[in-house]
Amino acid sequence: MSIWEYANPKKFMQTSSWALPWVAGLAVVCLIVGLVWGFFFTPDDYKQGSTVKIFYLHVPAAMMAINAWVMMLVASLIWLVRRHHVSALAAKAAAPVGLTFTAIALVTGALWGQPMWGTWWAWDPRLTSFLILALFYLGYIALWQAIDNPDTAADLTAVLCMVGSVFAVLSRYAVNFWNQGLHQGASLSLDKEENVADVFWLPALVCIAGFVLLFVALVLMRTRTEIRARRLQALLARERLA
Amino acid sequence: MMPELGKYAVAVLGSYAASILLVAGLVALSIWQGRRVKRQLAEVEARQGKVDV
Repeated sequence: MSIWEYANPKKFMQTSSWALPWVAGLAVVCLIVGLVWGFFFTPDDYKQGSTVKIFYLHVPAAMMAINAWVMMLVASLIWLVRRHHVSALAAKAAAPVGLTFTAIALVTGALWGQPMWGTWWAWDPRLTSFLILALFYLGYIALWQAIDNPDTAADLTAVLCMVGSVFAVLSRYAVNFWNQGLHQGASLSLDKEENVADVFWLPALVCIAGFVLLFVALVLMRTRTEIRARRLQALLARERLA
Repeated sequence: MMPELGKYAVAVLGSYAASILLVAGLVALSIWQGRRVKRQLAEVEARQGKVDV
């Protein structure tokens, strides 16, 4: 059994058809449990008051906005090296999901920033690199739409994905590179001293699991659609030639 | 049951509302696109006598 078996569209469709309901169901359970726990059953923060409840959306969304791009990078590299169409289609399928998570991170960040920093937006290193990441997502989606030949589109978007990876990395580590921004350092850390208190950490962990599973479920669903769309195009092209 | 959000109610509730709307929109769009393509493919396959993947 090799992971490359899933490069076969038929095998991917078979496996994803039974995996998708389980992953989607688990995502819904984790999101409901995590968000209800975080919203209703955690205390206010001594500094940030009730705005700490935004943490359960903002941090998982920001984390997945970056990780979605990393997944797209891996899938793009597989396409460039091994020419597996499913990997190119999975990267294409992940982009709108990553863009949505980036939008959630930006919107919740602005709503959180206004009462805490006194401004909706600042040209802070992390905020700015996240905005550029959002623009890269839009550019990536637009490039797929702009090119008719699917293989050429996959090649060019893979190159764009590699360039955008610089900003995905910057989004995560910008606060470490530049110290002058408004945005605080990482809230989650393996270092007990740096990590948020357990009372916030545990529901956040469930929310993170929910966002990861939601991402996987949506990418599976959208990749299945892309595979079908590719087959539809091929059949219609054959019909036109006949 | 509803926690006391105080002066931050707009920020907190706005964050939850915006996030739920964005995720619901994406899920709805993904399901709609999936069903539309599946239906179109089934029609073409039926016409050509092929089997769905």
